[in-house]
Amino acid sequence: MTSLSAKIQDVFDEPACDYNRGKDAKARKEGCARPLTPGAAAGGCAFDGAKIVLQPITDVAHLVHAPLACEGNSWDNRGAASSGAMLWRTSFTTDLTELDVVMGQGERKLFKAIREIKETYAPPAVFVYSTCVTALTGDDIEAVCKRAGEKFGLAVVPVNAPGFIGSKNLGNKLAGEALLDHVIGTVEPDDAGPYDINILGEFNLSGEFWLVKPLLDRLGIRVRACIPGDARYIDVASAHRARAAMMVCSTALINLARKMQERWDIPFFEGSFYGISDTSEALRNIAELLVKQGADPQILDRTQTLIAEQEAIAWKKLDAYRRRLQGKRVLLNTGGVKSWSVVHALMEIGMEIVGTSVKKSTVEDRERIKQILKDDNHMFEQMAARELYAMLLHHKADIMLSGGRTQFIALKAKTPWLDINQERQHPYAGYDGMVELVRQIDLAIHNPIWCQVREPAPWDCKPDLKEELPDTKNEAATLHAVQEFVPTTADDFGER
Amino acid sequence: MARILPQNKAAAVNPLKSSQPLGAALAFLGIDGAMPLFHGSQGCTSFALVLFVRHFKETIPLQTTAMDEVTTILGGADNLEEAILNLKTRTQPKLIGICTTALVETRGEDSAGDIAAIKLKRAEEIAGTEIVLANTPDFSGAVEEGWAKAVTAMIEGITRPGERARQPKKVAILPGCHLTVADIEHLSEMVESFGLEPVILPDISGSLDGTVPDRWVTTTYGGTSIEDIRELGTAGQCIVIGEHMRGPAKVLHRLTRVPYVLFQSLTGLKDADRFISMLSAISGESVPAGVRRRRAQLQDALLDGHFHLGGKKIAIAAEPDQLYQLATFFVGMGSEIAAAVSTTDMSKILEKVPAESVQIGDLGDLEALAAGADLLVTHSHGRQASERLGLPLMRVGFPIFDRLGSQHKLTILYQGTRDLVFEVANIFQANRQAPTPEKLNPLRKRETSDGPRPSPLTRH
Repeated sequence: MTSLSAKIQDVFDEPACDYNRGKDAKARKEGCARPLTPGAAAGGCAFDGAKIVLQPITDVAHLVHAPLACEGNSWDNRGAASSGAMLWRTSFTTDLTELDVVMGQGERKLFKAIREIKETYAPPAVFVYSTCVTALTGDDIEAVCKRAGEKFGLAVVPVNAPGFIGSKNLGNKLAGEALLDHVIGTVEPDDAGPYDINILGEFNLSGEFWLVKPLLDRLGIRVRACIPGDARYIDVASAHRARAAMMVCSTALINLARKMQERWDIPFFEGSFYGISDTSEALRNIAELLVKQGADPQILDRTQTLIAEQEAIAWKKLDAYRRRLQGKRVLLNTGGVKSWSVVHALMEIGMEIVGTSVKKSTVEDRERIKQILKDDNHMFEQMAARELYAMLLHHKADIMLSGGRTQFIALKAKTPWLDINQERQHPYAGYDGMVELVRQIDLAIHNPIWCQVREPAPWDCKPDLKEELPDTKNEAATLHAVQEFVPTTADDFGER
Repeated sequence: MARILPQNKAAAVNPLKSSQPLGAALAFLGIDGAMPLFHGSQGCTSFALVLFVRHFKETIPLQTTAMDEVTTILGGADNLEEAILNLKTRTQPKLIGICTTALVETRGEDSAGDIAAIKLKRAEEIAGTEIVLANTPDFSGAVEEGWAKAVTAMIEGITRPGERARQPKKVAILPGCHLTVADIEHLSEMVESFGLEPVILPDISGSLDGTVPDRWVTTTYGGTSIEDIRELGTAGQCIVIGEHMRGPAKVLHRLTRVPYVLFQSLTGLKDADRFISMLSAISGESVPAGVRRRRAQLQDALLDGHFHLGGKKIAIAAEPDQLYQLATFFVGMGSEIAAAVSTTDMSKILEKVPAESVQIGDLGDLEALAAGADLLVTHSHGRQASERLGLPLMRVGFPIFDRLGSQHKLTILYQGTRDLVFEVANIFQANRQAPTPEKLNPLRKRETSDGPRPSPLTRH
């Protein structure tokens, strides 16, 4: 536990983190953990976060050392895509029973489980995740992994992030630490070259990295390792020989990026493939970093040409939506705007941003939001479900973009909604991805169901009829009500 | 009698189970104004919540006591108290259903004692909200066990004990967790059609049937009312569906002397007949014309469907009562159970499953045993096995996250059985393979097999 505490302290004190830099020494020492309110908390645990980051490594067996719930309630639940190995989608857990817990058989069962996996599936590596119960019973997963690795001759990687130690984000970072401690640098590639890069924090959700990779291929840039999206174990193990890195999802793996820079001299930048200008910016940055590291400067021109060509195509495609989406109001509820260039592109085609949550935004972000939103009031920390519902019910927005957690707030308020988080069905990265996002917004807003679900039932929308019908004593009123009904023609009963 | 084969692997591969606290929470979700609360770390709740949402496509009220490192060491009683008070102020629930998790059970927390103390100390603040506890560690049981424990907890905690004046028309129904929203609705209408008044505990058809309320509600809206649970002892008869509900029925009987009759399955003509006959007997009414008509429709469905189901080899993985329900259905249609896999060995019903053996295990076991079968029957996680084996998958149970409307699928009584016959027959028709000269060649290399193989000429 002491080594785990030290690790947590270490990842909280991240010098490359924007938030952290803004804190004073005392606040930095306290770490980033927010105290949770019992009965009013939401979100995943550290184990969840660690598994999210590592699970998309496709040819690894991910073994969860826990009673059933940790894995049984959560497996095969994310939309990362693989171009080859499928082992990552097979779920492995020690499924500890009462007897295992009482008799302290956890470590032995874990060791046996690793052997069974090795014998049946022969993966290049097994990742072993500790959890609340196995941390509480004091199972030494690092020792078991070490022993099993030696005995079975394969990489067995302990991922020490039990749920109770903190949030999903902390788990993300501890997963990065596990890669640094046990995986990256363990294999020397024989084909390292001057155009090799790493992409960190890209999950290849709905296969969206495949909208970007061909662009890199065209420029002659090779992705040594994309961590974790569509990664193979050997890619990750030899990732230390890349020349440069791009960090995509900044809060999740910043510690990984910085430590790779320190240990193996791989410079990195933070960027995004969401939105047109961000995609271009990312490509440009990659090329520049590679040139700084000794690549042929010619690549800069080629990059510029590709960007110009692709941007022109994308803007032309987007322009087709301008007429349909002009003036439509977007509510962003993502816990922090992930990419400004998405917002920029939406505004470029005439959409309005009517509100955004700034829960995870930096001071710099907040300033930008103020410039975009005409009204400060539409910047909110975190809106209570009830308020959000009221806002949407009163048609203060034409669509809400958010994660699955708030999906039903929009839908039950009969408001169009689009998933822009991890469970989404569509790829939104790169130039084509931005066009796809706008297309999905258009489809959502203009779906013909909205005017159907918003209409009250016909018998509820004639107020006098409703009030007068039960009053049978008043004959005149009843007669009036019946007459109102009688003159209907076939047209009124569904002939349209 | 089926042999029960225990699990002897160390690594579970592709779990069949969902956790015990999730089952308890599902039962609490069938109560009006309810808020289930997991006593554990926030991840326990988050995983269950996401899975519920993926299945029901609904907002699901579910909260956590958010145990962290410090409370894991020092104890979670304060977290429990804070969570209850927070929920009370924020959501005004009529019921807080506490489900413990492996974390607090491994610590050995005395949650019952903690709750008793909180009820005493905070009597004023929590007035008007029932608080019940189900001890549901993740390391034992699965959904069935959790569901039954929650129902028992509600009867023990809320139902007024003692023998009461009985209302002969009032029927208490304790459905198992394998009944869908549509099943419960149908059951209720059927009972009403005999002039009886059903009270269903829990009633997910009132709360998880997917509607659009006209305001934002943070607890469940609909389901069994607390008042109905309190007055359960005035029922003339209790009807129980599924072996795992025997425990709660016994408790109700012990506390109120209400007699119960248990149906292990309501699927299939014979079982439906038994149920309808009983309704007729306790109500003194003859069977309504509409019900007779449904029965005739089922007879016809059996006639039309048996061509497609006869001789088929079925591989099923499900919780014990659902396994029994479906296995008896398939065998009743002339199919054969090629593989039967279940979650826990605690249920007495398993030995009655019409299969040679029942393997306690996971979907990895199902996949291994299903080679040579014609159809896989399990929840959505069977999709990978289905792809790898090239076999069609019929989705049943929980969770079903890659198809819409699973809660509205009817599986019981004449109409539900009819629907099942059609569903299965249609799966076979959609996956039928055209005859080829190679497959029919009498001189082809035959597969070696001891038993009779299905003829290649079998009509699909």
